[in-house]
Amino acid sequence: MKDLLPSAIKNKEKRSEVHAKLKHQKKLEKKKKAKVREAAEKQALELGEEPPARPIPRTIENTRELDETVCKPDDEELFAGNDADEFSCILKEERTPKVLITTSRFHSSRGPAFIDELISVIPNAHYHKRGTYDLKKIVEYANNKDFTSIIVVHTNRREPDALLVIGLPSGPTAHFKLSKLVLRKDIKNHGNPTNHQPELVFNNFTTRLGHRIGRLIQSLFPQDPNFRGRRVVTFHNQRDFIFFRHHRYIFETKESKEPQSKGKGKKEEAKTQEKVITRLQECGPRFTLKLISLQHGTFDTKGGEYEWTHKPEMDTSRRRFFL
Amino acid sequence: MQHDEVIWQVIRHRHCSFMAKIETGIFCRNPYNVTGICNRSSCPLANSRYATIRDHGGVFYLYMKTIERAHMPNKLWERVKMPRNYAKALEIIDKHMIYWPKLLVHKTKQRLTKMTQMRIRMRKLALKTREKIMTVPTKQKKREARREEKAEKAALLEKSIEKELLERLKKGVYGDIYNYPVDKYNEILDKEEVGKATISEDEEEEPVIEYVEGYEELEEEDDMEDFGGLAIKEDYDNDNLDDDDDDDDEEEENASVAYKRGRKSSARKLAKEEQAAKSKKKIKVQVEVEHEDAVERQRAVY
Repeated sequence: MKDLLPSAIKNKEKRSEVHAKLKHQKKLEKKKKAKVREAAEKQALELGEEPPARPIPRTIENTRELDETVCKPDDEELFAGNDADEFSCILKEERTPKVLITTSRFHSSRGPAFIDELISVIPNAHYHKRGTYDLKKIVEYANNKDFTSIIVVHTNRREPDALLVIGLPSGPTAHFKLSKLVLRKDIKNHGNPTNHQPELVFNNFTTRLGHRIGRLIQSLFPQDPNFRGRRVVTFHNQRDFIFFRHHRYIFETKESKEPQSKGKGKKEEAKTQEKVITRLQECGPRFTLKLISLQHGTFDTKGGEYEWTHKPEMDTSRRRFFL
Repeated sequence: MQHDEVIWQVIRHRHCSFMAKIETGIFCRNPYNVTGICNRSSCPLANSRYATIRDHGGVFYLYMKTIERAHMPNKLWERVKMPRNYAKALEIIDKHMIYWPKLLVHKTKQRLTKMTQMRIRMRKLALKTREKIMTVPTKQKKREARREEKAEKAALLEKSIEKELLERLKKGVYGDIYNYPVDKYNEILDKEEVGKATISEDEEEEPVIEYVEGYEELEEEDDMEDFGGLAIKEDYDNDNLDDDDDDDDEEEENASVAYKRGRKSSARKLAKEEQAAKSKKKIKVQVEVEHEDAVERQRAVY
């Protein structure tokens, strides 16, 4: 049976012919199915019944590999862990965060601009030049001066490309890879941020590791947002990439005429509806972070204890994420 | 001596595997060479009486070869360990090479000096921390970039941020700043849900995610009463007699919608005081309008 599998045919022309025919057939079938589905929906709507349920599209998030470290809402252990971890004193507002920003030894081009923007985003952030101090010495210095965290911006080929966030006094060290940096001046219609304390939004930090990283980033910001300032800083985790956005928002009511004949039920509803929508104006930089490693103590590459490191073998599955 | 001359002629004019020609000169790669340059007087192969300093693991040794042992390659080089002290090492050289040609002695001492300096420097550097450059294979870089692109598209950032903010508004995290009528809203929603066909919402959020966000909220919800207090005072000043009649909800609703209308016209960057001032004027105008319409809030669904 020559036509069992198109790939079994040795002759290239014949093989590509058979393959093309197969694809064409598949396409026709798909179109037929779609037509049938649409007809059924239309019919149902005309009759005033509910249309048949639409099938849910398959996404990578839907088909993500099951991870047993996902935090559950009623996990006592998690809460206990949170109370006992390094961020609890900042997150419970016993200390206000004070952040020290510095760079790697070589620092040029986009680095200083990025640092300026970081200073405007994170309240109570101070920049110190690097000099040639060892990172361990810097950690000591920061501890003496009562900082709560250090951020080191590392530049490679004249572009900032890594971020090292060290919690203090003995906090964990997270090493992130920074990419897709867009400075404020490069964003169209950007807004200018004020000095009000921002609101924080953390999306999708589901696993234990993700939760910990979320708290680490949270401890950079003060925990009492000024809602009147209408500033929101978002860290959104999608497939292990943390997207950072900084917006100013406003709530508005928008009037929209209700679309006719969609069978939305009661006819005595008024035709005009009002929706409350949020409008965002982007200000501040935009970048993405990817976690490379999380170390338990402060920066110590040789002797430190790593909680999590990225290994290339973790990339083998497209449905497995760690944050 | 004649032997040496022959060797040199052959090496130099034919082929020497230790010779390295560069733009700046001719060098000798032989490990026993004292100066490192390919010269008649510096070639260890073409001189039967020769001496060098070599370094093994931080310890310097003086190597010497004499013509008496030329027929025993195994025992050709005599080795003497040098003391750590530079001055003493120089004395040792003098002692061993007392009747040797001055040029060779001089070159050996020079080599010793250079090597001690290098040793000091290497030790100092080893104490300092140096950055190590790690390379990432291109394949990985490209794969990461590709995945990032797709993740960004899948993330629908603006929508999710807007959704999150709206939910916070609904839950009342903002207290009375926006005077959002939570109860009335829920009431209307319930009415809608009974009549409306159920839209299959693509709830990608599992209950887990709600928890996480909620947890963050709780921490930011401090002292809502303080904020709430401030807002209420302002609005009470402005509102009409209607407020006495209505419930708290409705009065909030009026004020809120009007408040928002006022805000819409002003630029966002204006200070709060100015906004409040503007909205004060407009509230009076629009209170009546709001009562007449059956106001519906539709949940932002997508």
